[in-house]
Amino acid sequence: MAAHSQPGRPNQLFRNLNSKIASIPMILTAVVIFLGGTIWTVTYSFTNSKLLPRLNFVGFEQYERLWDTPRWIVSIQNLATYGCLSLIFSLTIGFLLAALMDQKIRFENTFRTIFLYPFALSFIVTGLVWQWLLNPEFGVQSVVRSLGWTSFTFDPLYNSDIVIYGILLAALWQGTGLVMCLMLAGLRGIDEDIWKAARVDGIPMWKTYLFIVIPMMRPVFVTTLVLITSGIVRVYDLVVAQTSGGPGIASDVPAKYVYDYMFFAQNLGQGFAASSMMLLAIAIVIIPWAYLEFGGRKRG
Amino acid sequence: MDKTLTMAPSVTSATSRLEAGPQGKRPRKVLSSRNIIVYGLLGLAALYYLLPLYVMVVTSLKGMPEIRLGNIFSPPMEITFEPWVKAWAEACTGLNCDGLSRGFWNSVRITIPSVIVSIAIASVNGYALANWRFKGSEVFFTILIVGAFIPYQVMIYPIVIVLREMGLYGTIYGLILVHSIFGMPIQTLLFRNYFVSLPEELFKAARIDGAGFWQIYFRIMLPMSLPIFVVSMILQTTGIWNDFLFGVVFTRPDTYPMTVQLNNIVNSVQGVKEYNVNMAATLLTGAVPLIVYFISGRLFVRGIAAGAVKG
Repeated sequence: MAAHSQPGRPNQLFRNLNSKIASIPMILTAVVIFLGGTIWTVTYSFTNSKLLPRLNFVGFEQYERLWDTPRWIVSIQNLATYGCLSLIFSLTIGFLLAALMDQKIRFENTFRTIFLYPFALSFIVTGLVWQWLLNPEFGVQSVVRSLGWTSFTFDPLYNSDIVIYGILLAALWQGTGLVMCLMLAGLRGIDEDIWKAARVDGIPMWKTYLFIVIPMMRPVFVTTLVLITSGIVRVYDLVVAQTSGGPGIASDVPAKYVYDYMFFAQNLGQGFAASSMMLLAIAIVIIPWAYLEFGGRKRG
Repeated sequence: MDKTLTMAPSVTSATSRLEAGPQGKRPRKVLSSRNIIVYGLLGLAALYYLLPLYVMVVTSLKGMPEIRLGNIFSPPMEITFEPWVKAWAEACTGLNCDGLSRGFWNSVRITIPSVIVSIAIASVNGYALANWRFKGSEVFFTILIVGAFIPYQVMIYPIVIVLREMGLYGTIYGLILVHSIFGMPIQTLLFRNYFVSLPEELFKAARIDGAGFWQIYFRIMLPMSLPIFVVSMILQTTGIWNDFLFGVVFTRPDTYPMTVQLNNIVNSVQGVKEYNVNMAATLLTGAVPLIVYFISGRLFVRGIAAGAVKG
C-alpha cells in the first residue's frame, strides 16, 4: 500500500502520524474497552465482589454458585430451547422465502419491504405488540374462541411451560426478514449457468436446491448462522418487554440474569461470572468461524 | 418430496412452503399452478408479517369499551385519536405523567449527536485503514471486529466505572459516548470496505500532487462517499433509536430514551391497563425507524447486507 512503513527507517513512530492520530479512537475502543473490559470482567468474576468490585479472589466459587442457582439453570435451558428453534426456523423460513422470492416474481420489492419492516423495529416494540396479540383475554385466543371453538387455548405468555415459544414467535417475526435478505443475496450470487446445466441434465428443481445450490451457499449460511447466534446469546430486550422474565422466572435468559445481578441484586461477582459464561458461549461459535473465515488468507 | 423434509423434520408450518421449491423455474402462463402456489405462499407470509402492524393501528384507534367487547382484528367502529394524545402527553411512568414526549425528545437528543460522532470517527478510521495502513493497524481492526461479537453484558460494568470516573455516568453525553463506541466496529468495517473499493489511482494521483492525509480525506474521499454515508446513517439512526439496554444502564429516569420509557409505561403494574394507549405509544416509538425504513427502501437493504456479509 501507498504509505506502508518500511522497517529500518528512522522515526518509525512519526511516520504516517496523521493516520495514527486518526486511529486513536479505534485503538482506544479496541484495546481499552473491548479487550480491557473483557479481561477486567473475567478477572473480577473470580472475586467475591458484592456491592463494589473488590480484588478478593475466591477461585471458581462464583461459578459453582452460578451452576447451583435454579434461576441460572432455567435461563440456560430457555436459551438452549430458544436458540436451537430460532436457528432452525429462521434459517428454514428465511431460505424458503428467499427461494420463493427468487422465482422471478412480480412485486418483489413490495414483498421484500413487507418481510423486512419488522427488522427496523426495536425488540421492545416487537415484544409489546406480541404481548398484546397473545393476550389471552383479548388476543388470538379470544378471537378463535369467539368463532365457536370455545375450548381453544393459546396463552404462551401465561403458561410457564410454553412461554419461551411465545417469545420465539415474536423473535421470528422480527428477524426472519433479515435472514431472507441475506439468503436472497446468496441465491442471486449463484451463477445462472448452474441452473441451466441442472435443467439440461433434467435434475428436478428441489434437488438442484438441496444438492447444488445450498452447498454452494455455504458461506452465506455460515455468516447468517454466526449473526443469528450472536443475536441469540444477547437476547434481552425482547424478554423484558414481552414477559419481564415471567411468569415467575419461567422466561428468564442469561442476559437478564446478568443485568439483574449486577444492578439490582448488588451481587457483582455473580453477574461477572454469568457474563463470562455468555462470553464463553460466544467464543465457542466465533473462534472456529473467525479461524475459517480470516485464518487462511489475508485481504489486500 | 420426503428428502426435502429431512432438512427440518419438526418444522410443520414450513413444510407446506417447501412444496414451492420443486416447481419450474420460469413462468409460462400467468395463472399456472406454479404461480398460484408461489404467490399464495408469499401472500400468506406477507399476511403474517403485516398482521401485528394492522392490529397495532386498529387497537390504537379504538376506545377502551370497544376493545373490551370486540375482537382485536375488527376495524374500529368509532375512530378516536384520544389514545394517541394520551400516549404522547399524559401517560404515566411511575412518578411523572407527561407521556412519551419526554422520552421522544431524549431519544432525539441522544440519537442525533451519536449518529454524527460515530460516523465521523468511523469514516476517518475506515479511511486510515484503507489508505494509510501502519504497523499494527490491522491487528487493532481485528480486535475491533471480534469485539463486536462480545456480549455487551461483559463490557457494561467496566464502562460504568470509566464513565463514573469521567463524571458522565447517568448523563446523555455518557450514552452518546457508549453508542459511538459500540457503533464503531460495524461502521468502520463499512467505510473501510467502501474506501478499499475506490480506485487506488485516485489516491496515488492526489499523493503525487502533494495532498496530505486530511486534504485527501476532505477534498477527494468525502465527496465521493455520499452513498455510504447515507447507508451508515440509516443503520445508526435505527440502531441507536431502538436501543434499550444501554439506555436503561447508562441513563437516569429523567434522561431515559423513548424505548425505555415505552417499556415502563406499558409494563407498569399500577392502574388500569389501557391497551389502546399502550398500542399508540408503541406505534409512536416504532414510527421513527419505520419512517426511516420506508423512505430509505433499498438503501436499508444495502446497509444490512454490507454490514452482515463481512461482519
